[in-house]
Amino acid sequence: MKHEQAKKYGMVIDLDKCTGCGACMVACMAENNIPFKKDETNKLDSITWMRVYQLTNGKPFPNTDICYIPRPCMHCEGDHGHSPCVSVCPATATDYSLKTGIVSQIYTRCFGCRYCMAACPYHARYFNWWDPVWPDGMEKYLNPDVSPRMRGVVEKCSFCFHRYQLAMNKAFLEGRRELEEAQYQTACAQACPAGAIVFGDLNNTKHRVHRIVQPDPAHGGRPKNPKAFRLLERLGTNPKVYYLSSREWVRRLADHYLPNETPGKGH
Amino acid sequence: MDDALIPKGVKRCPLPEFLMKLGPVVALLLWGVVAMFMCWIKGLNQTNMNDSYGFALWIWADLTVIALGGGAFFTGLLRYIIGKDKLKEILNFAVLIGFICYSSALLILAIDIGQPLRGWFIFWHANVHSMLTEVAFCLTCYFGVLTIEYLPLVLENRQIDRVPFFHNLSHNMHEIMPVFAATGAFLSFFHQGSLGGVAGVLFARPFAYREGIFIWPWTFFLFTWSAAAYGPCFTIMLAKITEKITGKRLVKDDVYALLAKIAGWMMATYVVAKIVDTWYWATVTAPSKGQTLMDFYSNNPFYGIWILILEIGVGGVIPAAILITRKGRRTPFLLVTAVVLGVVGVCVNRWAMVLQVMAVPVLPFEGWPMYYPSWQEVATTLLPVAYGILLVAFSYRYLPVFPQEPELNPIVTEAREPAESEATGGAGDAEMKPAEA
Amino acid sequence: MFPFNFEWIWDMSHLVFMGGLWFALTVLGMGMTYCIIKAAVDTAEGKGGGHH
Repeated sequence: MKHEQAKKYGMVIDLDKCTGCGACMVACMAENNIPFKKDETNKLDSITWMRVYQLTNGKPFPNTDICYIPRPCMHCEGDHGHSPCVSVCPATATDYSLKTGIVSQIYTRCFGCRYCMAACPYHARYFNWWDPVWPDGMEKYLNPDVSPRMRGVVEKCSFCFHRYQLAMNKAFLEGRRELEEAQYQTACAQACPAGAIVFGDLNNTKHRVHRIVQPDPAHGGRPKNPKAFRLLERLGTNPKVYYLSSREWVRRLADHYLPNETPGKGH
Repeated sequence: MDDALIPKGVKRCPLPEFLMKLGPVVALLLWGVVAMFMCWIKGLNQTNMNDSYGFALWIWADLTVIALGGGAFFTGLLRYIIGKDKLKEILNFAVLIGFICYSSALLILAIDIGQPLRGWFIFWHANVHSMLTEVAFCLTCYFGVLTIEYLPLVLENRQIDRVPFFHNLSHNMHEIMPVFAATGAFLSFFHQGSLGGVAGVLFARPFAYREGIFIWPWTFFLFTWSAAAYGPCFTIMLAKITEKITGKRLVKDDVYALLAKIAGWMMATYVVAKIVDTWYWATVTAPSKGQTLMDFYSNNPFYGIWILILEIGVGGVIPAAILITRKGRRTPFLLVTAVVLGVVGVCVNRWAMVLQVMAVPVLPFEGWPMYYPSWQEVATTLLPVAYGILLVAFSYRYLPVFPQEPELNPIVTEAREPAESEATGGAGDAEMKPAEA
Repeated sequence: MFPFNFEWIWDMSHLVFMGGLWFALTVLGMGMTYCIIKAAVDTAEGKGGGHH
């Protein structure tokens, strides 16, 4: 199947709207049974499939400006599905789906070598350093559609893939083969009070994600919308999470540039 | 007490003294074993690794011991395939060191993975596009080759050799050893290379990424090359240390000189290739990703440009310059200096290709995460060192590891013919008093 | 690793990679088998005795 014709789920996050409230992180944790520790202050070993970073323009008051940037897994397509993490996994425990564009993680097959984490430049992959333990009684509130992960394996954002499966099951039962935009949404997109996160099929012209970023298939999905950009685009990861910002310093912080280069002018 | 097991024509210290001296090493080993079981039972939260440092001390140790153990495949290749027959005098020791290095690497990997019981998935569910898969397959197979190469030496123990079957087996294995050596060289080429490829293919990590040929990044070839160059240095270094500890000369100088000369030229050509690679990476590859060389070596408390100078200059250019000159490799002090610097150089290279890859921030708004190992990581990394010392000690005591030892250290009480002019060693053996044969 | 593993694909990558692996394993396996069988035969013929 040609990926241009299949579904290619992606996300657009409007950084001008994001207030950094963290509702997307909370929704993600709850939806995906993400384990947590008593003390989550060390962000280097706590699991946050969706993580909100705070950026600053580095200027002194009164010119200080900040921006919050939520960072799920980018579900990189790379070059024809050659995403950084999928190609390196020695046990075929992670896969790029040409049907949906979603990078999966097979927890029961991962043996915890962490090579995929070394390959991912976004730190979107997390290792289960501890056994997942929930406070007494809280296990009753776990999502029955998502399997909890055991100690010693890697996990990451799945674009709430279980919701896609449920939506497709329902569609098949009802004799449909296609999903409407609203029939498959991620937990973070639904939880965002500012409506900053939009999720859908980048290949579907009816979906808002397509209309907002206007991905250019001839140039590796690069957005035609001048306000839109992707993180670390020039590394060739070809991510499917797009960001919108009207501020140039934000767009510049999304990638590395040599001193003589300007973002958006091509490189 | 154990005289019947000690090879003919050599002297060893009394068994109680031998065992007593190994006491501290056994203590170190036990410390490592405790830490190893803590990691297996409690999990990798016993380490100081984190989501930024998915690879840390262990993977560095892994890459390093495999590079240093490269002396086994390269010496075997030189002896059996290229025909440098003189190297047979040090090949046993090179094989022993290789065996220790590779078994250590496999042990460290078994501790390092999050789900050790699923370790076999890397074979069963192999993703043939992953460099790590290639590493796992070739490394395991090559460990088999090293076992096959080490086995005849074990069978040559005086008592084992008395059993006709083992004597014949050892003889037959020697006969077809070139086949095993060639297979070992084939496997080594690929796993040494793919260990370099592990970092080189990370196209989203500009510090590690290199272009290359077909599916192989330049680091693939640089790693194989450097293992062939630096592995023999490690073999020479450890042989010299063994000589120092036993107070005996064990290998003739011309054997050292030959191996050092070949290693020196390998190192010299490797360093040229490494400089070209670094130059191209700094001026073309990294800028194409929006970064300059100094982005990788500044704004952090540890990773300065000194690493590059230490690796390529001190650990590459200087030892290569010493080893390719006749005077350099024939002067004991210079030879030892060169092999030690070489070992430091390759250790630093592997450190940069593992730890610095993790440390360099890729997201522009992130800082440099720093890392220091936990005691459990240190203990489990020293565990193979202790195990290696024990295996060398026992092999040296009971197996004919150094074929030239009897000649270089004639036993006076046996009223042999006066030794050759070279057999002047053995003096100053204050610690290891020879046992009566 | 084997063609019956479900992720196995009959493509060039698998043929080259697994071909190399099985070739090396075959050489090692056959080499050791030869050594062991020949040692057994030699021993039966009385070779290798009378040492030391």
